[in-house]
Amino acid sequence: MNKILKYVFYDIIRNKIVLAYTLFLLLLSIGLFNLGGNPDKAILSLLNLVLLTVPLISIVFATTHFYNSYEFMELLVAQPINRKKIFLSEYLGVAGSLSGAFVLGVGMPVLLFGASLTGLYLLLTGIFITFIFVAMAFLASVITRDKAKGIGIALLLWFYFALIYDGIVLFILYTFSDYPLENATLALTALNPVDLGRIIVLLNLDVSALMGYTGALYKSILGSLWSVVLAFGLLLLWVLVPFVSSRRIFSRRDL
Amino acid sequence: MITIENLRKSYGKLQVLKDVSVSFGEGRVVSVIGPNGSGKTTMGKCILGMVLPDAGDIKIGGQSILRQHAYRSQIGYMPQIGRYPENMKIRQVIQMIRDIRKDAPVVDEELIGLYGLKEMYEKRMGALSGGTKQKVSAALAFMFNPQILILDEPTAGLDPISAEILKCKILKEKKKGKLILITSHIMSEVEEVADEVICLVDGQLKFHETIASIKAHTNEERLSKAIAKIMNEED
Amino acid sequence: MRDLSKHTTFILATLVLLLLAPLAYGSTLRVCESCEYTSIRQAVAKAKPGDTVLIDGGVYQEHGIEINKPITIVGRNNPVIDGNFKGQIVTVTADNVTIEGLTIKNIATSYTRDDAAIRVIERSNIRILNNTIQKTYFGIYLQNSENCVIKGNTVIGQDVTGLNESALGNAIHLWYCDNTVISNNRVEGHRDGIYLEFVKDSEIKDNLSQANQRYGLHFMFSDRNVYTHNIFRKNGAGVAVMYTKGIRMEHNTFEGNWGAAAYGLLLKEISNSVIRNNTFRRNTTGIYMESSSRLDIKQNEFDRNGWAIRLLSSCIQDTFRLNNFTGNSFDVSTNGNPTMNLFEHNYWDKYSGYDLDKDRIGDVPYRPVSLYSMLVEQVPPSVMFMRSFMVDLMDNIEKVLPSFIPENLVDEQPMMRKIDYDNDRKLTQVVR
Repeated sequence: MNKILKYVFYDIIRNKIVLAYTLFLLLLSIGLFNLGGNPDKAILSLLNLVLLTVPLISIVFATTHFYNSYEFMELLVAQPINRKKIFLSEYLGVAGSLSGAFVLGVGMPVLLFGASLTGLYLLLTGIFITFIFVAMAFLASVITRDKAKGIGIALLLWFYFALIYDGIVLFILYTFSDYPLENATLALTALNPVDLGRIIVLLNLDVSALMGYTGALYKSILGSLWSVVLAFGLLLLWVLVPFVSSRRIFSRRDL
Repeated sequence: MITIENLRKSYGKLQVLKDVSVSFGEGRVVSVIGPNGSGKTTMGKCILGMVLPDAGDIKIGGQSILRQHAYRSQIGYMPQIGRYPENMKIRQVIQMIRDIRKDAPVVDEELIGLYGLKEMYEKRMGALSGGTKQKVSAALAFMFNPQILILDEPTAGLDPISAEILKCKILKEKKKGKLILITSHIMSEVEEVADEVICLVDGQLKFHETIASIKAHTNEERLSKAIAKIMNEED
Repeated sequence: MRDLSKHTTFILATLVLLLLAPLAYGSTLRVCESCEYTSIRQAVAKAKPGDTVLIDGGVYQEHGIEINKPITIVGRNNPVIDGNFKGQIVTVTADNVTIEGLTIKNIATSYTRDDAAIRVIERSNIRILNNTIQKTYFGIYLQNSENCVIKGNTVIGQDVTGLNESALGNAIHLWYCDNTVISNNRVEGHRDGIYLEFVKDSEIKDNLSQANQRYGLHFMFSDRNVYTHNIFRKNGAGVAVMYTKGIRMEHNTFEGNWGAAAYGLLLKEISNSVIRNNTFRRNTTGIYMESSSRLDIKQNEFDRNGWAIRLLSSCIQDTFRLNNFTGNSFDVSTNGNPTMNLFEHNYWDKYSGYDLDKDRIGDVPYRPVSLYSMLVEQVPPSVMFMRSFMVDLMDNIEKVLPSFIPENLVDEQPMMRKIDYDNDRKLTQVVR
């Protein structure tokens, strides 16, 4: 497996888009840390950025990459090697290099200017989000052979998770505000990895952990170490479900 | 060496292969011909495991290859259009395939030498012309001394000299007792290198004969005319 | 003129000394292991009005000490009175009593009687100074008493985590007491740190109240009191002020009051009061205001609170001026449309306006209430979506086209820079 991974990885990290992405994150993070003065505030701004751009870049880049490597994967499939391994290598190559870009672009400034547990959570969340959205991109790519359609599905997925989902849930909450919705809300947020990531960071950021009755309730549910582990476990599930299902489709479909 | 039994494949409603049965022996060059969309490429892909058949079986050396992958170490494949990761260098592509096929006993670098690829080792794949990419594909297909070679339109895009080098290589490998499957539309080329021709039409096997016998029973000197004659007879 | 005033001072001083003379001439009864008296109760019984009972070290297993004459009880070398959980320890039933320098401990929780370390019943001029009170149900309990001083005491209960409020008493508890001074005390580990009900014209200053189960300071129906320089830290629900008017709260610090129903300062039915120069730091809610009117809230620091101010729609005619709002999740939130409140010249760190005429006042108004904060007020679980992109989008659209947020909750003249209260006096005057 790592026979291929090594080369895929090598190919992607020399990609201009990935380089630009790293640079973009790096400049933005350094800018935010030097502008705000307060590292907590910078981490909050970074969080917004991470939750918006990282999914977008990950999903679009991974989808285009998948379609561009189609013939290359064909060539690999003709080699004496398991399809699942090829798929895993491609996945790890893309997700790994994008996470690498993220760690370089955001992790280094965080480490330099705002090293804290929250910073670590932010990093972990960003890495998970990258892996999740690359997995979703691969799922979109194996569902359809048409590149334009695939990118369309990928963008829709991003749009849904980054924007529409929250809107829908807020609308539901508003509509059913007469009912006790605390636990339902918790469950609903677990159904969106972007929300899950946001809450992990938010509840550990002192500034906003204090969010009134419900906030305190969630803090008591989510604030402990176990629940952080649980939340990251859920994120892992969010990586595995699209990844395993897309790998399954990939290994059973015609190229 | 390869036995195909009752192979069926359809993409959605479109039936691409309808009950194809055929077998190829070793030491032969077999040309697969047929009109566009007749199922040539699909058959090749079935043998390579890229396309999973709906029914039927493919055996290599008596062993079914469906859902297997190890057998591909006996196969060299040259795709019609080779596309590689843009930022990889030629050296890395070759190195990677070598890594995958670590246990290949012999490494045949003849084509690398003849095509002068070594001089271009540090070039990025993205910067190469289509013809040069084909050379890389060809070199990779022959590199591990496989018993079976599947070449999809091998000379398309190659300059005449390079095409000639490839044809020589094909004939040379045939003499070593290998089975070589070529899909091609260029009849002169088929005539030059192939021993047998199989013809697919609408997903069905039209005929499978040696070139000599085709010429004999159509009374034609040139293969292209002979084939055309057979086709017309049917209509 | 000058001579005359000097003269008057002299005469006054002489008079005071003369008045004090009989007290000073009282005799001293010593209590210690090797003294004439080995029990406090014995000494108190023998003492005559004006006498001093001096307790010199030692541990006394006593309770039910009744002080029914005007005497002074002074502890030296750390004497300890251990009540052994048998009942109330000191009960004062005479005027002009001073209790100083004792350590009083161990009173059991009772659901039928409010046992206290020191209880004063219907008296005046009582001075309770520099005592240490540990593990008692109630600490210092004054009922129907006036002109008392409670100063420099340390009242420490227990770790209150997980305890029910009915299992705890208050550290300093006053009921119908006027003109009291409560200062420099440290109270912790009780239900309420300082509890005042029907206490008027009193002064509460320089106290530290922390880690109490319910409120750090709790007062109801207690008009015209002054609270200054106190620190209220990490109490269950902060400070509660209810049904009161004419209060001055200045230079207090409210911090770390954190949790489901926690406030820095909870105001309910308060009017005509002043809240100035206080610091509200890291509270779930800085100030929670319900049915409060004509409050002057000025020059306070609101830093890193969940909500800096929750202004319910029942509040009217409150003014908020020259306050600093920094790092709060929500600056102001409301449940409806409170009217006739004024926000002016505050500094808001979320303000993104400009100042073209360089008068240090922003040229465009700031709306401290966001659409999302109103949504959270109405549907609390939606707090989970804080800082979601959707929420930011919603808030920004609302900022450009306000249609839901209350129109009159607006700071027309927000400050461009954080107000530094020490150096910006001049500015304050200019703005005033």
